Amino acid sequence: MNFGFSEEQDTIRETLARMLGDHATLEVAHNRLDSGEGFDTATWSALAEGGWLGLAMSEAEGGSGMGAVELATLAEEIGRSLAAVPCLPVLCMAVPALQSAGTEDQRKSFLPGIAEGRTIMATALAEGGGLAPDTVSAKVARDRLSGRKAPVTFGAAATHALVAATDEEGTSRLYLADLAAPGVTIRALDPIDRTRPAAEIVFDNTPVDLLPGSDAAAIRRLLDGAAVLAAFEQIGLAGRALALTTSYAGDRHAFGRPIGSFQAVKHRLADMFARIELARSNAFFGAWALASGDSRLPEAAAVARLTALDAVQFATEESIQLHGGIGFTWAADPHLFLRRGWQLKAELGPAAMWRERLLGHLADTPRAAS
Amino acid sequence: MDFSDSPEEAAFRAKAREWLEANATLRDGSEKAQDHFMARDADEVARARDWQARKAEAGWAGLTWPRAFGGRDATPIGQVIWNQEEGRYAVPPNVFLIGIGLVGPTVMVHGTEDQKKAVLPRALTGEDIWCQLFSEPAAGSDLAGIRTRARRDGDDWVISGQKVWTSGAHYSSHGILLARTDPEVPKHKGMTMFLVEMSDPAIQTRPIRQISGGASFNEVFIDDLRLPDSARLDGESEGWKVALTTLMNERFSISVGRASGGARAEELIALAARVQRNGRPAIEDGAVRARIADFVARQRGLEFTSYRVMTSLSRGEAPGEEGSIGKLLLGRLRQEMGAFGMELAGTAAGVSAADDDDAARWRNEYLTAPGNRIAGGSDEIQRTIIGERILGLPPDIRVDKTVPFSKL
Repeated sequence: MNFGFSEEQDTIRETLARMLGDHATLEVAHNRLDSGEGFDTATWSALAEGGWLGLAMSEAEGGSGMGAVELATLAEEIGRSLAAVPCLPVLCMAVPALQSAGTEDQRKSFLPGIAEGRTIMATALAEGGGLAPDTVSAKVARDRLSGRKAPVTFGAAATHALVAATDEEGTSRLYLADLAAPGVTIRALDPIDRTRPAAEIVFDNTPVDLLPGSDAAAIRRLLDGAAVLAAFEQIGLAGRALALTTSYAGDRHAFGRPIGSFQAVKHRLADMFARIELARSNAFFGAWALASGDSRLPEAAAVARLTALDAVQFATEESIQLHGGIGFTWAADPHLFLRRGWQLKAELGPAAMWRERLLGHLADTPRAAS
Repeated sequence: MDFSDSPEEAAFRAKAREWLEANATLRDGSEKAQDHFMARDADEVARARDWQARKAEAGWAGLTWPRAFGGRDATPIGQVIWNQEEGRYAVPPNVFLIGIGLVGPTVMVHGTEDQKKAVLPRALTGEDIWCQLFSEPAAGSDLAGIRTRARRDGDDWVISGQKVWTSGAHYSSHGILLARTDPEVPKHKGMTMFLVEMSDPAIQTRPIRQISGGASFNEVFIDDLRLPDSARLDGESEGWKVALTTLMNERFSISVGRASGGARAEELIALAARVQRNGRPAIEDGAVRARIADFVARQRGLEFTSYRVMTSLSRGEAPGEEGSIGKLLLGRLRQEMGAFGMELAGTAAGVSAADDDDAARWRNEYLTAPGNRIAGGSDEIQRTIIGERILGLPPDIRVDKTVPFSKL
């Protein structure tokens, strides 16, 4: 039984934490939020220089040949730092999609650029409030894509996008689009977390390139893997919110004692901790299932997603509450975590969607009538 | 990350399995429901004693005890593996958990050579069954508030008081008893630990019926119990230190123990497929599906949390932060699932016909769960422990720490 990280993986975590601690401070996060600049290109470049963007690519692909567990570690540290970088859409979605469904040519053309930070490949699975493969109205005919995808996270900063659309037979597939190609219109949206510059992208007869291994099942697997990795990012941010709030509760005095000595406060913090650790346990299983290709991945992804969503929402809302009036101010830190939490919820769909995926998987029963 | 056994663990598992196959019968689902640790009647006690004696003879009792005391010197993960394997077989409840898991290790640390000789071998073979005489009507979560009084009388001690929530006291032969010997010092300082024989006429045991209908724990009345000084475990006024050893071993025993056997969330899926809600099968109702999905997610989280605990044990580390949350979250989940199982029955909620297994099962879950939230450290105590020991928050302000017990 070994349901934890190896020493090598712990070293990766420590190195990353140091590096992100230097670049992606909460001050930087506040500045990004205020300026609306979003994408923190300096941190992304530093990650590229450190070789972290190619973490889960093989050496032939321009990476360092590690796997899903190491990628999970990266996601957790990104979450903890609140770095305004496209870890989830690029590293946890576009890269695995290219690896599992792309051609060798596609991998050779794009993976090295992603590893070096030159290519920012967004993943456009969402439209109409839903996610592919269940909600897809964009269409491809004769290698030309038409449709409207939104929100596309980091779509306003991306060079390329992987777009879910139906082919001429009505099958959901993934297509590679160069966002500088003709017929692409990008409109910036106003996301709850402005450090993740979301966009609406309209394609009008845009030339695209099919990922031949992609179909509805492949898109579902991609979402499952992304849900596991996002859970680590969520746990990272929830853990940081807890740490900040714990520290505040130890410093802040009222009625002649630190507020953290009152059980009303202490027990709330304990509940935050418990929910985060429960989510972490599910995320561990998800990482194991993802790394080992276990058939229980859909179930593992759903439970990791559900408990992570719960932990983040509880921890970030209560973080504001326990900070009192200061927690409600723009200048204070707690809302940064609340915003990122909602953003990560929006990007892969809400609990209702994942509950249905889980139950559909376990019960094999008809979907709930609406 | 890897779920497989290490080569040593696999070898240990194979040996355990081999012996169990030759000596026990695999469960086939037809067994009567039973508790893992509590016997319900004299017959279960007798069967438990017999099973323990056979395990002891073959070297499978007191696995983590040192060989010098008749144990196997196994690692904690060895105990986990044994519990997993033994759990596949129809074996009687382990009424020896307190003797082997709590009292034995405490006596090894704090006992005299004579006490070790008297206690350890008989605990191992199941000849003696031990109970833990700690909690009192006025001292539960605040254990150091006990009032049972032990007074010197010549060379003897005379003890009077009342204990409560004593699991298995009604069939135990011995008890480990915490008493106050000096009320003129602050509460943690004036206690002493004793080893007592439950058959002494000065000890009266009365079972307490729980809301679930069962009666696995007791009130214990002690009226002028006379003990020689040799019944004292470790020094006079050292009782709190001894109690902490016992409680530490209790946490360990629970963390490597078998799961408490509550219902699986998947059982609610099957139930929801059988019953109707709003004119259609309940499993087609979105609200029902959402609740069940959340239960599954939480229950999986607890299961994988126990894997994290096992990983710590397997690496030879003490269970870390993860170990503390299972206790806090399990009882509440079980209570909510029990309530939901009853609700699925609709107007029949809470009503059970003799042939209605569903209603009886979920009612029992619901009425058993509150015990999970109270026994072994209530939810509230767990939250304080997490807040102070893990998160490092400032302690509650204590008005009783420096005041002599008699002035409280």
